[in-house]
Amino acid sequence: MVQLKAKIIYNKKFKGDYWHCIIDAPLIAKKSIPGQFVNIKLSDTLEPFLRRPFSIHRIGSPAKGNFLPKTIEILYKIIGQGTEILSGRKKGEYLDIIGPLGNGFDYTRTHEHTNTRTILVAGGMGVAPLVFLSEKIKAKAKVALIGARTKAQVLCEKEFKNSGCDVKIATDDGSAGFKGKVTELLRQVLLTNSRTHELTNYIYACGPKPMLKAVAGIAKKYRVSAQISLEEHMACGIGACLGCVVKTKTGYKRACKDGPVFEAQDII
Amino acid sequence: MKPNLSVNIGKLKLKNPVMVASGTFGYAEEFSDFMDLKKLGAVVTKTITLNPRQGNSPPRTCETPAGMLNSIGLENPGIEVFIREKLPFLKKLGVPIIMSVASEDGPEEFVALAKRMDKIKEAAAIELNISCPNIGHRSNLPPKLISQDPKATYKVVNSVRKVTQKTLITKLSPSVTSISEIAMAAQAAGSDAIALINTLSGMSIDVEKRKPKLAVVTGGLSGPAIRPIALKMVWEAYNKIKLPIIGMGGIIDISSALEFFIAGASAISIGTANFVNPKISIEIMSGIRKYLARNKISGIEKLIGSLKI
Ligand SMILES: Cc1cc2nc3c(=O)[nH]c(=O)nc-3n(C[C@H](O)[C@H](O)[C@H](O)COP(=O)(O)OP(=O)(O)OC[C@H]3O[C@@H](n4cnc5c(N)ncnc54)[C@H](O)[C@@H]3O)c2cc1C
Ligand SMILES: Cc1cc2nc3c(=O)[nH]c(=O)nc-3n(C[C@H](O)[C@H](O)[C@H](O)COP(=O)(O)O)c2cc1C
Ligand code: FES
Repeated sequence: MVQLKAKIIYNKKFKGDYWHCIIDAPLIAKKSIPGQFVNIKLSDTLEPFLRRPFSIHRIGSPAKGNFLPKTIEILYKIIGQGTEILSGRKKGEYLDIIGPLGNGFDYTRTHEHTNTRTILVAGGMGVAPLVFLSEKIKAKAKVALIGARTKAQVLCEKEFKNSGCDVKIATDDGSAGFKGKVTELLRQVLLTNSRTHELTNYIYACGPKPMLKAVAGIAKKYRVSAQISLEEHMACGIGACLGCVVKTKTGYKRACKDGPVFEAQDII
Repeated sequence: MKPNLSVNIGKLKLKNPVMVASGTFGYAEEFSDFMDLKKLGAVVTKTITLNPRQGNSPPRTCETPAGMLNSIGLENPGIEVFIREKLPFLKKLGVPIIMSVASEDGPEEFVALAKRMDKIKEAAAIELNISCPNIGHRSNLPPKLISQDPKATYKVVNSVRKVTQKTLITKLSPSVTSISEIAMAAQAAGSDAIALINTLSGMSIDVEKRKPKLAVVTGGLSGPAIRPIALKMVWEAYNKIKLPIIGMGGIIDISSALEFFIAGASAISIGTANFVNPKISIEIMSGIRKYLARNKISGIEKLIGSLKI
């Protein structure tokens, strides 16, 4: 991990309260793994005082044919003072950023294997790290299940499709795709799939806590391995303060260092 | 002129007066990617107890105006695992390591911990944390602290003093009526130095849920929000006791660090600011050197307690 002042090269609203920011940070980009995050100091004042963590949504290169990653991208939703300030930061300004942080997804088991099926389950902002993951996983059989409250909050459908996913959508109000919870979609996918027994399923999920809990329950029932990315309040982001712990079968673990990605079955 | 930054804390000689505060620097490993740890004046470890402690239920932190609350509850692996797994890295740093210890169970545990630390060559000093607001909550109310009672303070420091020759630092809580009374008790009991201040007991509420933001309701407030209180306590203690004072509480930059020396601190500890900028302690250290040079002050000793009134 490194700490650096990185230039903002793009920072715009793309939908409702959702923003997309691209930052020039080759030193972070080249080491990033899907599921890892960056911790950003959003203002030069005391308000807000602590850094704010954001998942690495993608890494990118400036030009076609240049495969050395140079930029990192984040997606964020304005929910309070820090994200409000971030949305006001302009192209050309610098952000003090630390990363890449944490333990990302272990996707070696599905990557390049032909007998596996990758199932990505995203709730709301949870799409952010899963797009990066989807772009990394080469195996053909990939399903992305996107859950949101309403159609206007369905994010990254195109990005998942472009990276080769079969995309299914669930909205609470039925304004897009299946009416109901994204976890219900997951259950359906597993049910149809378990009848064929051709492929071994692997679930990767990110989203609100109740959704992740449901994912863990379903994964257990259908005996499918699942990795989930957890969000906890973070003070340091580097494993020093012991503030961000989650309860696991082997005691408290730090979401920022031992996670944010955990095996679903290890979490209590 | 190159200003002299070295200071003495009891028998302990520090090459510079900037250390990192207990609980905000892990066991130093976490910071090795960001800076040259060798440049630190000293490292104070996360507080260690005799037995492993799992700490309080999460959530354990939240942000507050110009600061934060924490209710970690001294999560640590216990002294034996610490010695086996964490000490080897610390030993190699070549920086004085100050061992912060706390008791879950009265003065006897402090004595046992001090005896064990006394045998460890690399323990440059022992810091008695008798001021943690996050262990021993009484039905959701903050605990009663040893350092809120001069007699209890005297008893703990005195019993530890009898079993170790190592430099003893007593860390005090600001949640008291008179800080000098407690500081004097620690001095009388044989402490070599005083560390001021631990976090202030506080709380914060999520109004939508009408729930406390910390699972155990109350926690310890740190960061710039507490600096004026910390500074005043250092000043007050400096005027009442002879022992060197390690000042801390809300130091985030060079000027806030200098305030503490001028008020009477012989050394300073950087706490919460490490979370915001992991290499801040080194930046502050070189800033102090520049300040001294610019003002033609030959050494940090000359700055200590130099407040003009
Ligand atoms: C590993 C991780 C990855 C994340 N990835 C993304 C992402 O890709 N996109 C995105 O929009 N959001 C992400 N978040 C959440 C994001 O950090 C919060 O939205 C942001 O901190 C809110 O800051 P604020 O000042 O705008 O809001 P505040 O007013 O500070 O708080 C609003 C809410 O955000 C939570 N929050 C505040 N500070 C933190 C913090 N330091 N750590 C965790 N939660 C906090 C609070 O508990 C509160 O409920 C992630 C969080 C974590 C832990
Ligand atoms: C997350 C966190 C954990 C802490 N843990 C300890 C601890 O284990 N032992 C201790 O003596 N003080 C602990 N402290 C208190 C600090 O060492 C310091 O006294 C206090 O935070 C004030 O300084 P600051 O405002 O610079 O942070 C902790 C503080 C924080 C923020
Ligand atoms: S946020 Fe400090 S240990 Fe995770």
